[in-house]
Amino acid sequence: MTVSRTRIRAIFRKELREFRRNRQIIASMAVFPLFFTVYPIVEIFALPSSSASALAQRQPLVYMLGIPALVPAAIAAYSIAGERQQGTLEPVLTTPIRAEELLLGKALAVLVPALAVSYGVFGIFVAAIELLAQPAVTAAVLHGPEVLAQLVFTPLIAALSIWVAIAISTRSNDTRVAQQLSILASLPTIVVTTTIAVGGLRATIHVAAAFFVLLLIMDSLGWRVVSPLMNRERLITGTKS
Amino acid sequence: MTLNRKTAPDVAKSGPALATDHLTKRFGARIAFSDVSFEVGHGEVFGFLGPNGAGKTTTMRTLGTLLTPTSGSATVAGLPLTPGNEVEIRRRIAVMPEAPGLYLRLTVAENLECFAGLYEAPDPGERISRALQAVKLTDRAGDPCGSLSKGLRQRVALARALLSDPQVLFLDEPTSGLDPVAARDVHELIDDLRQRGVTIFLSTHRLEEAERLCDRVAILNTTLRTIGRPDELRERLFAKTLTVRTLAPLADPDRLFGGLPAVNGWRPDGPGGYVVTVDDPAVAAPAVTRALVQAGADVLSIGSSQHSLEDVYLELVNQDAELEANHP
Ligand SMILES: Nc1ncnc2c1ncn2[C@@H]1O[C@H](COP(=O)(O)OP(=O)(O)OP(=O)(O)O)[C@@H](O)[C@H]1O
Ligand SMILES: [Mg+2]
Repeated sequence: MTVSRTRIRAIFRKELREFRRNRQIIASMAVFPLFFTVYPIVEIFALPSSSASALAQRQPLVYMLGIPALVPAAIAAYSIAGERQQGTLEPVLTTPIRAEELLLGKALAVLVPALAVSYGVFGIFVAAIELLAQPAVTAAVLHGPEVLAQLVFTPLIAALSIWVAIAISTRSNDTRVAQQLSILASLPTIVVTTTIAVGGLRATIHVAAAFFVLLLIMDSLGWRVVSPLMNRERLITGTKS
Repeated sequence: MTLNRKTAPDVAKSGPALATDHLTKRFGARIAFSDVSFEVGHGEVFGFLGPNGAGKTTTMRTLGTLLTPTSGSATVAGLPLTPGNEVEIRRRIAVMPEAPGLYLRLTVAENLECFAGLYEAPDPGERISRALQAVKLTDRAGDPCGSLSKGLRQRVALARALLSDPQVLFLDEPTSGLDPVAARDVHELIDDLRQRGVTIFLSTHRLEEAERLCDRVAILNTTLRTIGRPDELRERLFAKTLTVRTLAPLADPDRLFGGLPAVNGWRPDGPGGYVVTVDDPAVAAPAVTRALVQAGADVLSIGSSQHSLEDVYLELVNQDAELEANHP
């Protein structure tokens, strides 16, 4: 099967245009990252340098992986439910587009802004630490491996959130309900990242590797599970032929 | 614009543009349409009529590859309707659904741009401006669709259906909610497309529209009730009649009308009015006129009565309703 880049691009551009003009989506993209920067800010900037050694036991940066868990969930929830609410699914599905192309276009349109927000916030945060935090704190927090882990895990976590949220969206008629369910579904990921951040679980290289493999498996399973949900009859009538 | 209603559908030469064979679609226990068989020739404008819930939209969705038929088979744009052919079929057809389904946050041009991409149109800019011209919306290209009136949205949806230069165009009630001038514009557009050889499958509740535009019509009420040219259907369903009006009632209409060539019978229609059933009005009308003059009657008018497609439709649909009332 050949997928058409032109069609994927058409969906991708259309989605980004819609997102840009959807106030709720813009709000989600702005508010959720704030939520995940409060704890690291408190940990890093509010503590006296004498407790830098205590900080080394925790990994506050990992808390920020909540951004790629939550932001794409909130946006991807719109993908199908939003079209269904507007009645736009039917015209799209009568074009030559394949289910996989529609899914890829929609997933990429969420992934790109989600990565931009996640990496953007992380970058600003790291820059702020370098510039403003006490040197002892900076040394305790900014380890090379942890920064690398942040970069690697961000897209893996975002992809998982996107698959789950699109799956929920295909079954939903209401964007609000879809968004609430998707956010709920991303909570387990956030529980794990938070546990690591506060020192409840030490993220050694082995733990990181295990999560890496687990996420890879779940992401590829996600694609296999969600693709069949894009069945035309199911999307139009809510039931499978 | 000229109407060449008589153009025979070219079914034999190259196979039908559309065909269904005992096509049936059920949703669980509910039958949407059942045992529907018809053929539509290339370049034909085919009207699809029927009451609410008759299965028109479901038939279009099935032929448009959105729904899988429960049983039966179909050919769309010359290709058998099978899962393997769906993408190619969708390349050759376009559908204007019942609801326009526009992205309301996007402008008219952005909506069309998205669909030009989905059809992989080689020259999107050119196609979009042609489609906008066809529906007279060039000056609204930059407006967000959310700010357009219902009728204007309908026209954007029509422009979207024209983008891909389809061989077969499905129009589900394209003029519902349009003002008379806009509806006439759509009719002219359909005439235009017919001239370019596009096959059009048109569902409508406007019977005068079907009568004016369609080469043939089908009347669906879950099952196919009838199919044919509008004039054929009239003849098939209604006996041919002459209506006669005289100044004073005739003394002995039985003797006067009886025994005339091509006349089968008569019934009164108000004082001085008679409806005469005939085989062939061209033979019967002169004979009836002569007989009336010979009998010294003061003739006000003689005319052959006209049944419209609406009469045909109402007759068939009422028959169904009566059947249902008697055998619930
Ligand atoms: N997704 C669905 N699930 C269950 N029943 C359905 C579904 N879609 C349509 N139906 C039923 O199938 C029948 C045919 O519906 P359809 O929409 O095709 O009618 P229609 O001829 O287009 O009517 P209208 O003139 O009102 O547009 C109706 O009884 C309808 O309720
Ligand atoms: Mg309908």
